[in-house]
Amino acid sequence: MSFHTLTVAGLADGLASGQFSSRELTQYFLDRIEQHDSALNSYITVTPEQALAAADAADQTRAAGDAGPLTGVPMAHKDIFCTKGVLTTCGSKMLGNFVAPYDATVVRQLAAAGVVMLGKTNMDEFAMGSSNETSYFGPVKNPWGVDAGLVPGGSSGGSVAAVAGGLAPFATGTDTGGSIRQPAALTNLTGLKPTYGRCSRYGMIAFASSLDQAGPITRTAEDAAIVLQAMAGFDPADSTSVDVPVPDYRAGLDAPLAGRKLGLPKEFLAEGLDDGTRAALEAALEIYRQQGAEIVEVSMPNMHLSVPTYYVVAPAEASSNLARYDGVRYGHRAEGVESLEALYKRSRGEGFGREVQRRIMVGTYVLSAGYYDAYYLKAQQVRQLIADDFSRAFEEVDAIIGPTTQGPAFALGEKTDDPVAMYLNDIYTIAANLAGLPALSMPAGLVDGKPVGVQLIGKAFDETGILNLAHQFQSLTDHHVARAEGF
Amino acid sequence: MEWEVVIGLEVHVQLQTQSKIFSGAATAYGAEPNTQACAVDLGLPGVLPVLNADAVRMAVKFGLAVGAEIAPRCVFARKHYFYPDLPKGYQISQYELPIVANGTLDIEVDGQTKTIGITRAHLEEDAGKSIHEGFGDGSGIDLNRAGTPLVEIVSEPDIRSAAEAVAYLKKLHSLVRYLEICDGNMQEGSFRCDANVSIRPKGSDTFGTRTETKNLNSFRFVEKAINHEIERQIDVIESGGEVVQETRLFNTQTGETRAMRSKEEANDYRYFPDPDLLPVVTTESDIIGIRSTMPELPDAKRDRFVEQYALSEYDAGVLTSSRELADYYEQVVEYTGTVNAKLAANWVMGDLAASLNAEGLDIADSKVDAKALAGLVMRIADDTISGKIAKDVFVAMWAGEGDADAIIEAKGLKQITDPDALGKILDEVIASNPAQLEQYRGGKDKLFGYFVGQAMKATKGKANPAEVNRLLKEKLNA
Repeated sequence: MSFHTLTVAGLADGLASGQFSSRELTQYFLDRIEQHDSALNSYITVTPEQALAAADAADQTRAAGDAGPLTGVPMAHKDIFCTKGVLTTCGSKMLGNFVAPYDATVVRQLAAAGVVMLGKTNMDEFAMGSSNETSYFGPVKNPWGVDAGLVPGGSSGGSVAAVAGGLAPFATGTDTGGSIRQPAALTNLTGLKPTYGRCSRYGMIAFASSLDQAGPITRTAEDAAIVLQAMAGFDPADSTSVDVPVPDYRAGLDAPLAGRKLGLPKEFLAEGLDDGTRAALEAALEIYRQQGAEIVEVSMPNMHLSVPTYYVVAPAEASSNLARYDGVRYGHRAEGVESLEALYKRSRGEGFGREVQRRIMVGTYVLSAGYYDAYYLKAQQVRQLIADDFSRAFEEVDAIIGPTTQGPAFALGEKTDDPVAMYLNDIYTIAANLAGLPALSMPAGLVDGKPVGVQLIGKAFDETGILNLAHQFQSLTDHHVARAEGF
Repeated sequence: MEWEVVIGLEVHVQLQTQSKIFSGAATAYGAEPNTQACAVDLGLPGVLPVLNADAVRMAVKFGLAVGAEIAPRCVFARKHYFYPDLPKGYQISQYELPIVANGTLDIEVDGQTKTIGITRAHLEEDAGKSIHEGFGDGSGIDLNRAGTPLVEIVSEPDIRSAAEAVAYLKKLHSLVRYLEICDGNMQEGSFRCDANVSIRPKGSDTFGTRTETKNLNSFRFVEKAINHEIERQIDVIESGGEVVQETRLFNTQTGETRAMRSKEEANDYRYFPDPDLLPVVTTESDIIGIRSTMPELPDAKRDRFVEQYALSEYDAGVLTSSRELADYYEQVVEYTGTVNAKLAANWVMGDLAASLNAEGLDIADSKVDAKALAGLVMRIADDTISGKIAKDVFVAMWAGEGDADAIIEAKGLKQITDPDALGKILDEVIASNPAQLEQYRGGKDKLFGYFVGQAMKATKGKANPAEVNRLLKEKLNA
């Protein structure tokens, strides 16, 4: 049986009806990883013994009649989440030897829901990148173009490659400026970045604290609803998590769309958007119209400031968050140093890759005396203007719709020498992080055989609304069913 | 040239919360190194701070006690620098929006009251400790202290001498202990001070260049360090040099300060609001709630002691210098009655204080408790023993020989007040000193004291002095 072609919902049904056991499933996916991951490099760490033990435990739970929808379903965690007793590298040489002594809240919650962790997925170093090329553990290949050397997007590149390649039924990701949605779009997956504060950040290694948010990477919106159900919730260990009730996400999937208003920001259609992606977006708009939804043009006049604002705020916070990696207590420590200053300089110089160093320098600069007001403070003010743009739009519409990226996946090495071109990958996704809003990318078709996505942005804590929109779209289209050749 | 000294103090007060300011680890002092540091204190990847609400309440208490403004919204900021005992590479502190601002504290120096401004007080976490001895070429790091809650109290540059600085610190020290927000243990670093010192020509209204002397952990060191720094700065300027803005360290062995780092080497701390923590909102009703838990403060207590116990300002000031001492005194008076309040005060400030001092004990560890001391005071008040005998009784009590009554009984110290008994003794004294009697009657009045002394000697000090006086006068002048 080709378990890897089933959705999470399908696996849950099969497990529930006793068609197969978690152990069978788990062994199946471990075999697939063994077979295919040398081509994809989607995992940094695979944990077979632990996975099989968890699978057996899940089967026993099910036998005892205590199973939930995720009990026994295999999955992978992005290597940014701390996992007790398991290597947690964050894609960096700096943490190349770091075994976390505790589980992230999201990891703990998913474990409590019964999932079986297969391993930890590759990622851009400290989640800084849009192509998974900054990983210390080597780039990840996009299953949609292994031979062509296509990037899977980033920073959750390993998670999307594992799911798109059928090496995990679903995976966790994190999204600071688009790191779930952009790679999901480039690999024909559904990726959801929840509202800031919806999922706990405790144990999720910080990149930019005010922007980071964990979310599910799945094939379908229904799967995203099932997984988010287990990930979401208030955590007293994260002061920025928000204590609002978690609704039943799956229950909201089937609501009819008639009368729903979708806002299309005219700024999203400006130059830079490639024709194929634009056509895919327009086709999606047509589907929604047929469902009785209304497409309304809205204006987000400060949208063009998203990328520059982001590249002040995120590096500033990163430069601070990464100060703890000093070679003193854990992680990489330079050998043979003769002074404290040399220990810092060499440990950090050796432990961090170039992109991370670049962002630390930018962040240090914008926070330094004399520049703080002009950069960091100004960026925070602009951030508020961008959030205000959304608030205004949401007075008229129920959700925002637009492209996820400017175009489909590019080739490895194509943009590595041009950081600004790389940064523009996130031009459509960053605004939702700056405003803290939930946003989702869903498969919208192929352009020259390569997937592109459409993005839905909802009101704060209205994950239900965008999951409903995506699920309805997926029940009328089969873009999300398309699989990369050979996987 | 005549110089004026300008001093501002930054005091770090360790709050006596059960757990750390941003984690659940315990704060108790003296544990094995690194046994009271959890994942958050160690700055492990992925951990997040959660603010301890008790620390906020304690800071608000302090703010209310110094009549300061409590910020309706205050913000935690990250202060960045690299040091091995600072696990995250930044300290969580407050920068632009501290929790407490614009307070005052009155101090008394040479009988004059002076008001010292308190610019601000902010919450922050302490760093760990670096240990440079016993690790060969390396250093040891103990992170037990990392994350301990501190309030940093910054004074205005209103202080003009080392004596004023010490008076300010003692007042602050007493206050935080009254408020029960700090144990005040200076040796363990619970209350420590950085002194900013500059000098300027008398009459000048601009400030001179200041130096900051760090981590002074006793009143005596503060006084010495400031006086040394004043002399040093005067020397530098009077010999044609310039004071350099720098951080200095006080050497407790030599009593001198030396340069640690100059302004050029100073860190750019790159403060910015900590995105892991929400702004702290303190409402009027929070403040009302905290105010209702405030104890009577030292100044109010002193005024009440003057009023209620008819004590002098001085006595009241001494007795209210710590909350424990004031409580002890009031317990004594509870037994003796207000009518004996002054006598009780004399004993608390006199023999009791001397015995405590001699053994370096706190009032809480006194070998004579309030009830026992009150028992002694009552025997003086009811003329059972004289004040002089009472001193001996107190010594016995301190040595653990029992309560006042038992000791008086056992040692037969009961005062002789019976006129018949005393009369017989006095008759014998007079009879055995005929020469002196003659001289006295011949006009040498001073010899009266001689007869008193002989009477006391004969009774081993147990004679009631007032009764001896009265009876002797009758007999000698008869």
